[in-house]
Amino acid sequence: MNRHTLSVLVENKPGVLVRIAGLFSRRGFNIGSLAVGPTEHPEISRMTIVVDCADHPLEQVTKQLNKLINVLKIVELEPAASVQRELLLIKVRADLESRSRVLETVTLFRAKVVDVAQDAVTVEATGNRDKLDALIRVLEPFGIKELVQSGMVALGRGGRSITDRALRPVDRAAQ
Amino acid sequence: MTDQTTAATPGPGLAGPSRKGGGPSPRDLAARAASREAAAHQGTAVPSAPSPAPPDPAQSADRGATGSRPPGPAQGDQGGPGGRPAGAAQPAEPAARPGDPGLAAGTRMTGASALVAALERLGVDVVFGIPGGAILPLYDPLFDSPSVRHILVRHEQGAGHAAAGYAQVTGRPGVCMATSGPGATNLVTPLADAYMDSVPVVAITGQVPSSLIGTDGFQEADISGITLPVTKHNFLVTDAGDIARTVAEAFHVASTGRPGPVLVDVAKDALQATTEFRWPPTFDLPGYHPVTRPHSRQVREAARLIAEASRPVLYVGGGVLKAGASPALLDLAELTGIPVVTTLMARGGFPSSHRQNLGMPGMHGTVAAVGALQKSDLIVALGARFDDRVTGKLDSFAPGAAVVHADIDPAEISKNRRADVPIVGDCREVITELIAAISAEYQAGQRPDLAAWWSQLDAWRSTYPLGYDQPADGSLAPQYVIERIGEIAGPDGVYVAGVGQHQMWAAQFIGHERPGHWLNSGGLGTMGYAVPAAMGAKVGSPAACVWAIDGDGCFQMTNQELATCAVEGIPVKIAIINNGNLGMVRQWQTLFYNERYSNTDLDKVAQTYDEALSREHAPRRDPAAGGGTRIPDFVKLAEAYGCAGLRCEDTASVDAVIGEAMKINDRPVVVDFIVHRDAMVWPMVAAGTSNDDIVVARNMAPDWDVTE
Repeated sequence: MNRHTLSVLVENKPGVLVRIAGLFSRRGFNIGSLAVGPTEHPEISRMTIVVDCADHPLEQVTKQLNKLINVLKIVELEPAASVQRELLLIKVRADLESRSRVLETVTLFRAKVVDVAQDAVTVEATGNRDKLDALIRVLEPFGIKELVQSGMVALGRGGRSITDRALRPVDRAAQ
Repeated sequence: MTDQTTAATPGPGLAGPSRKGGGPSPRDLAARAASREAAAHQGTAVPSAPSPAPPDPAQSADRGATGSRPPGPAQGDQGGPGGRPAGAAQPAEPAARPGDPGLAAGTRMTGASALVAALERLGVDVVFGIPGGAILPLYDPLFDSPSVRHILVRHEQGAGHAAAGYAQVTGRPGVCMATSGPGATNLVTPLADAYMDSVPVVAITGQVPSSLIGTDGFQEADISGITLPVTKHNFLVTDAGDIARTVAEAFHVASTGRPGPVLVDVAKDALQATTEFRWPPTFDLPGYHPVTRPHSRQVREAARLIAEASRPVLYVGGGVLKAGASPALLDLAELTGIPVVTTLMARGGFPSSHRQNLGMPGMHGTVAAVGALQKSDLIVALGARFDDRVTGKLDSFAPGAAVVHADIDPAEISKNRRADVPIVGDCREVITELIAAISAEYQAGQRPDLAAWWSQLDAWRSTYPLGYDQPADGSLAPQYVIERIGEIAGPDGVYVAGVGQHQMWAAQFIGHERPGHWLNSGGLGTMGYAVPAAMGAKVGSPAACVWAIDGDGCFQMTNQELATCAVEGIPVKIAIINNGNLGMVRQWQTLFYNERYSNTDLDKVAQTYDEALSREHAPRRDPAAGGGTRIPDFVKLAEAYGCAGLRCEDTASVDAVIGEAMKINDRPVVVDFIVHRDAMVWPMVAAGTSNDDIVVARNMAPDWDVTE
């Protein structure tokens, strides 16, 4: 089992998310995480899907996704050739006595405090999975009141963009 | 039609042939639509625009304005390629009628009228459906359409299978219609069926008004959500302005690439609203680019393997028929001399009578076909998908074979069995290019000797031919009945089966010679497919003699469509292979469940009912009926439905009864063949076991080393 990151360009239309999620569930593939949002082109959304599977099932996932009419393009982003980030918001118990130690940890991880209350602080951190796991582990002893994490988003390194080529047919026809 | 431009190619890191894009234009719907129109108009009134919107003041004004415009020139803005609006990605077929005054560009009409106008322009001549509340606005203009015939079915499932039957014999998308909620959900089974067998079907459903969507309104069902996994694609339309384009897109998606069902769900208010009708519409399908041209390097690699293999097999699936590649396949087979096995979906794709046809592979395939795959060194799969009913236990399937796998759907390639040479493309193009590449190999002196392989195959074929025993008690052998129907109706007949024993016997014992003459529910295995599919086939091919070969279990699932056939003048012939049982299930109970016949006897009188309720109308065992009840009496049922009803119970009268049925062409005929209930389908590879363990007859395994 390997972890793969797929960047999927889809038409920005209602119901596309359920088509993708439904395909994963009925074909028996597991989604590790899924993040979706608009892109620089309003008609295109970009999903970053983390899949835990071996290479052969990954090929099936990709082919099946490609068959969905609303899917424009799929690219696998290799960890070494891409920037991969998740967002973590974590509310940590922090009273007068422990607050300074919490803040020290936050600084070490280059995270930041975004909300402060009498007995807690809320910390925002971005990074890859390993970094966020480490931060959670270190904050654990102070007492975690609640936490929320986003799915991973990722972009390939370098100057190229995957959205350009997806749009080409439209451009060409318009000429 | 302008070229279909390409789409996105998958990025780096994606294995396999999952190219998306680059295909030439799809099969020419436009030409087909045009010829359909020409045909449809012969002898009928000149079609006019569908009835305009109901008169309300605003609309009358619109109509006045449009009507005053001269016909013809008004269409100028759609005419030439130069006139296409910017951003036109994929113009649809320009089938608009130039002389049609009411439909100049931008004619205002209701969404419902636009839908009917779109169907007309797409060349639709028949729609199977049944109306209801949410789709009522559509049925009003449909009533006036001069070229679209609506056939009123008795159950939506019948409409769906009929559309599939129509599509299978004509090659054009079949169309079915239903209202929202239960009407739409009744289409789910036929859509799933068409999805599994890659049949182009367009389903149009009414939906509750958009303001009610999501409120659990009366007869609301999320049919696009429900059918997501069983359609190639589906649409929910809530804006009248999107209707014509969406319907055109639905036809395009259903009939190109790997065909399949597409559902268009239209909210009632969209049907009622007024919109501008523009034709041809501009497709908005930026992510849909089926690949039809095979990669030439892959084809050459396949040809190289074919020219080297000493035990090759052509494993032919339904994709060959969908691509219209049967003639090309014949050329390929005869050029190479390679044996051919035709799957359940491909019967007729290669003549059964051809010397190189070893028959059907799989669970109930011939020993020669199963053995050929198992022992081959090269499987050339053409439009087939290595279904579990073909491969048996996958890890012991054809252990020594390299695999060339050609399919138009990249996702089928290496899905079950890893392909050594994957080829994505339309089967006709693949085969044509293969022929050229193989010829080149042959000219270069590379040609294998298949004599030893053929002597092995011939030995299996002659030692283990398909066959059956006449029942010892003198009752009718179901295989004999089916064989005789095939012989009497001949290769011109269209044969439609449901699922079960009768289906397997029909696949085995009818001489399938031509594509499009054998329909059955292959992938989904839908009981109840045959009667409505036969109805659709007869509508699509009115001159053909259409025989449904059905089981008594299957028949009782959809026989209400006999009423449709009788009323609409669709004289199908239905042979009920009546063994009083769910025969295939019974066969498995016989073989794998110690003959414990739990709930498979359709003819059984419940003991408790029989004894405790000895009232006058309790069902009785009828000694004349072999102890069964014969409930229902299919002859009476047929007559009640306005059909001819015949019965046959003995071997001697089979030909006479079939002959009588063949003579009746003014109404549907139902023949109740009372057959032996313990007949079994052989050979058989038990589910989950290896093809090596095929059983020729009960407790009898073939000797693979047999020689002639």
